[in-house]
Amino acid sequence: MESTGVPPGAAAYLDAATAAPLHPVARQALLAALDDGWADPDRLYSAGRRAGQLLDAARAAVAEALGARPDEVTFVSSGTAAVHAAVLGGLAGRKRAGRTLVHSAIEHSAVLHAAARHVADGPGDAVEVGVDLRGRLDLDAWRTAVHRPGVALASLISASHEVGTVQPVAAAAQVCAEAGVPLYVDAAQSVGHLLVPPGWSLLSASAHKWGGPPGVGVLVVRKGVRWLSPYPGDDHHRPRPVGALDLPAVVAAAASLRAAMGEAAAEAVRLSALVERIRTVVAATVPDVEVVGDPDDRLPHLVTFSCLYVDGEALLHGLDRAGFAVSSGSSCTASTLRPSHVLEAMGVLSHGNVRVSLHRGTTAEDVDRFLAVLPALVAEIRQEAGM
Amino acid sequence: MIVLDCLGQRCPLPVIALAKKIRNVPVGEVIRVLADDPAAPNDIRAWCRMKEQEFVREEGTALDIRKIS
Repeated sequence: MESTGVPPGAAAYLDAATAAPLHPVARQALLAALDDGWADPDRLYSAGRRAGQLLDAARAAVAEALGARPDEVTFVSSGTAAVHAAVLGGLAGRKRAGRTLVHSAIEHSAVLHAAARHVADGPGDAVEVGVDLRGRLDLDAWRTAVHRPGVALASLISASHEVGTVQPVAAAAQVCAEAGVPLYVDAAQSVGHLLVPPGWSLLSASAHKWGGPPGVGVLVVRKGVRWLSPYPGDDHHRPRPVGALDLPAVVAAAASLRAAMGEAAAEAVRLSALVERIRTVVAATVPDVEVVGDPDDRLPHLVTFSCLYVDGEALLHGLDRAGFAVSSGSSCTASTLRPSHVLEAMGVLSHGNVRVSLHRGTTAEDVDRFLAVLPALVAEIRQEAGM
Repeated sequence: MIVLDCLGQRCPLPVIALAKKIRNVPVGEVIRVLADDPAAPNDIRAWCRMKEQEFVREEGTALDIRKIS
């Protein structure tokens, strides 16, 4: 039997948007590259040259998948590292043009943390652009913000990691082109599922979102885009990994991206149907629930809903006891007790939130079992709260 | 005005308190929820939208809701 990385039986892993189970192609490539790609690819002896060839092949494969040139692609140690390098390096490279970062209100927290660092280091500011109730960027506000004087970089997530709404990247890129501002797209949730429209200047992705191993981030900086390393001891104008690269993991990431792209069209159809089933059945079987995100223009594998009067963590634990791994919109910020900035920007309920994200190993039976246990769990938590 | 003191309570508790209370007040009445959970203003606004009640104002930790249906 083909391994999906998920144990058989009643348990179902439904949190692919956090980390997708390792694709079988990634496993094969990883094992082969552990034997063949352990040397430093920068060294000139034969083992180093062999490692260098593997790195070049991985870069070429990822470039092709992303519609980029191989020399525009850099592998770094994580998706988060790629985000930080894109935002801070993109801002540093444009210092003479301005000091303002424009970003959507629904960026990943890694972008917001980089923005906070940019503002704290000063002089510089960050301008946030809102979204509508479905989590879609306000393009008019985006246009106004991007056309302000002194904008160095604009940042837009390709599709919301919390609610799945696909963002108007092509239109946002058009606005940026008119204003002469480079656009950075955080494509972590799209790559391997959906094609990202062209027009961006910088892009990042994360291998463990598409079935590659963790610890591999991808940063693409287009030729002609000014970028300056934000790291110490490094005056490079092109990104480089900080420290040694996990080359076997990079090889596995590239191989699994190619495999995921090959399956993407068929998987999008299959997973969209399962997501649609979740949207419909949850709305029909759970009272006082709001299914959030755009119903149509969305990621194929991710669906989010909020249950009134329900503590999200209690629901997560209840689902875990029943064998289901999901995440909550407030999980990223639970330590700070802040509501999810994404759900808050949309104006939808932030408590009782559940994000379900599917992968190539998810079956219709998994989804049906999830849908069968959910209503009673929600009812039980509400009953304990006296509702 | 009816005042619900939910200071120190985490969401969804202020929303639950509001939903319980509003059942027994006449249409047109305003309920003030005192809540300092950072999620409360967003979630009480969202509750008003879902339950077709009117969110009147936010002032510091005070959130005013009018029963309209």
